[in-house]
Amino acid sequence: MAKTMLGVEVLTGGEATAHAMRQIRPDVVPVYPITPQTPIIQTFSRFVADGKVDTVLLQVESEHSAMSAAVGAALAGGRTMTATASQGLALMVEIIYIAAGLRAPIVMAVGNRALSAPINIHGDHSDGMLARDSGAVQIFAENAQEAYDLMVMAPRVAEHPAVLLPVLVGQDGFSVTHSAENVALLRDEEVQDFVGPYEIPYPLLGERPSSQGLFAMPDAYYEIKVRQVQALEAAEQVFADVARAYALRFGRHLGAIDAYRMEDAERAIVLIGSTAGTAKDVVDELRERGEKVGLVVLRLFRPFPHKALADALGGVQRVAVLDRAAAPGSFPPLFADIRAGYSGSAELRSYVYGLGGRDTAPQDIEKVFAELQRPAHGGIRYLGLTGEDQHGES
Amino acid sequence: MASLKELALREEERPRFTGGHSLCAGCGIPTIVRTVLDSIPGPVVAVNATGCLEVATTRFPFTAWGVPWLHVAFENAAAVASGVEAAYRSMVHRGKLSGERVTIVVFAGDGGTYDIGLQALSGALERGHRFLYVCYDNEAYMNTGIQRSGATPFAASTTTSPVGSVGRGKAETRKDLTAIVVAHHIPYAAQASTSHWQDLSVKVERAVAQEGPSFLNVLSTCPPGWGHDARDGARLARLAVESRYWPLFEVVDGHYRLTHYPAHPTALVEWLEMQKRFSHLRGIQSVDLESMIEREIMSQWQELERRTQESRSWFEERESESA
Repeated sequence: MAKTMLGVEVLTGGEATAHAMRQIRPDVVPVYPITPQTPIIQTFSRFVADGKVDTVLLQVESEHSAMSAAVGAALAGGRTMTATASQGLALMVEIIYIAAGLRAPIVMAVGNRALSAPINIHGDHSDGMLARDSGAVQIFAENAQEAYDLMVMAPRVAEHPAVLLPVLVGQDGFSVTHSAENVALLRDEEVQDFVGPYEIPYPLLGERPSSQGLFAMPDAYYEIKVRQVQALEAAEQVFADVARAYALRFGRHLGAIDAYRMEDAERAIVLIGSTAGTAKDVVDELRERGEKVGLVVLRLFRPFPHKALADALGGVQRVAVLDRAAAPGSFPPLFADIRAGYSGSAELRSYVYGLGGRDTAPQDIEKVFAELQRPAHGGIRYLGLTGEDQHGES
Repeated sequence: MASLKELALREEERPRFTGGHSLCAGCGIPTIVRTVLDSIPGPVVAVNATGCLEVATTRFPFTAWGVPWLHVAFENAAAVASGVEAAYRSMVHRGKLSGERVTIVVFAGDGGTYDIGLQALSGALERGHRFLYVCYDNEAYMNTGIQRSGATPFAASTTTSPVGSVGRGKAETRKDLTAIVVAHHIPYAAQASTSHWQDLSVKVERAVAQEGPSFLNVLSTCPPGWGHDARDGARLARLAVESRYWPLFEVVDGHYRLTHYPAHPTALVEWLEMQKRFSHLRGIQSVDLESMIEREIMSQWQELERRTQESRSWFEERESESA
């Protein structure tokens, strides 16, 4: 593990995330180990053991209890963070919905991993999609640097008075959590100053007694739910503001979307997460050959930045949406979202890729761009599948 | 030890749980909650599992709670309380709170404790958080319409262990939850009953004085679930104790002590007869069922007596030291 020091260090995404947590200095971190989240919590536990951070670390007996303890701690009045992946996120989902409903601004790192069965520890976005409609803000990082930056930004989004919702910061299992890269860390005091103090309206350990988690009948439930929906919608502007503040201060701008060489693009790929790195290389190569191709990477997945995405797609004619998760029985989640909210003229095509950590090579991305030159295939294409399985239909 | 007058005065000065809720007449829960809250000297944060208590006391936008109160879900009250306690500790350490002692109390039913919440409870006890967990044990899932739980006694009829041409009520004996809790080696665990409010109040005082977890299993009468008249609630709770069906005892650092010896134990049948859930025992073939219950109760009682005997000198030494 790298030493704590200022400047650029070689860190895995998991380690970089643990550094962000150390620098944020949450009051409580309840957590339960699961691959590929383990580098986050092992690194953070080491920081606690070495006296580098004085957070109360709760080693609970399940992810369900991790999220439950997080709700208790966050609403009691303490800044609370946790981390999980895959089956752990699945076990947490019940309480993520409740955390959102109780407006508990918990920040959670997710090492995105496939869901069982078959059991598989490698990266895809199926776990994140389980929490899609929970009411939590969901952000995805492309690499270790983004995992770090987004983690530092997350508390300000979560705790904004107009939001007060959990924030999930995803990074692809292994390809980000376990891959070492150069990561530029901020100074501890800069991070402390950027996130500011933790303030919520009615802390249980505050001056005014309050009852939280009441039973709401049909005369009240609907209004409460719609306000929660509006809070998530408000998070889009808050995220943009926090990203701008972060860029002004630290020089790195992480907006809701990352539009890569889209200026005059005719064909584009839209995707989430670490495959963006490979796709950017392919775009560069094809651009050198004179092909007008581009890439849009979504960082903010919930709330969905429909307008920013439409703006980025601009005059594109054909778009391939690459989902690293399936939605059996219908179109996969990212494609479904884009199709639902996009009113531009581009033709949208759906691809699924990389389930259970299947590698996505530059050739796969090239193939997608090549297919975009040909007539529409209809249905869903399964990229990188072997043999005859690749022409799945929906 | 607080007198009834003192408890009443505290309730007047700092109402922690008010009327106007919709718990049934004859229900044991409000008596438990008031006695527990009034017996705790300083500030309290209450954590509630889903169940009768939560539903009946917090219909939005109303609340019966005068203390900070949090409900998250059914199976996780102990984990939620862990989080509140951790936040308290962290905030005191960092000077964000004064350090005045705050007591975190969980209220959960037997379903949320014996069954679905057992893992969260076990984890929280193992981690050693300073909190009091109160199980109001009415021996079935009453809130959802009287389904059998791990706390439902043998032969009791519930909507999921009904008496029929084949069924004879619950086929299994209840789980010994207090023993499971004691196996976590926590500083204080006890059983209590609403009928013996002073015994309950003293146990609460002892429990919240601990530096680690404490646990109270309190029998709670349930008119619709047990099938008894509302006015018989207190009497039934007393008969449960006097018949030795529900012994009152405490376990301090692993040492057992019966806190009430029924001088003239009442017959178990007297207790059974007052409840419709056992009415099938009056039938022709019920004698064996009844004796099975009796045998279970007696073996538990004898075990408690034996343990109390074993621990006697430990308590005597402790008391002579503090005298």
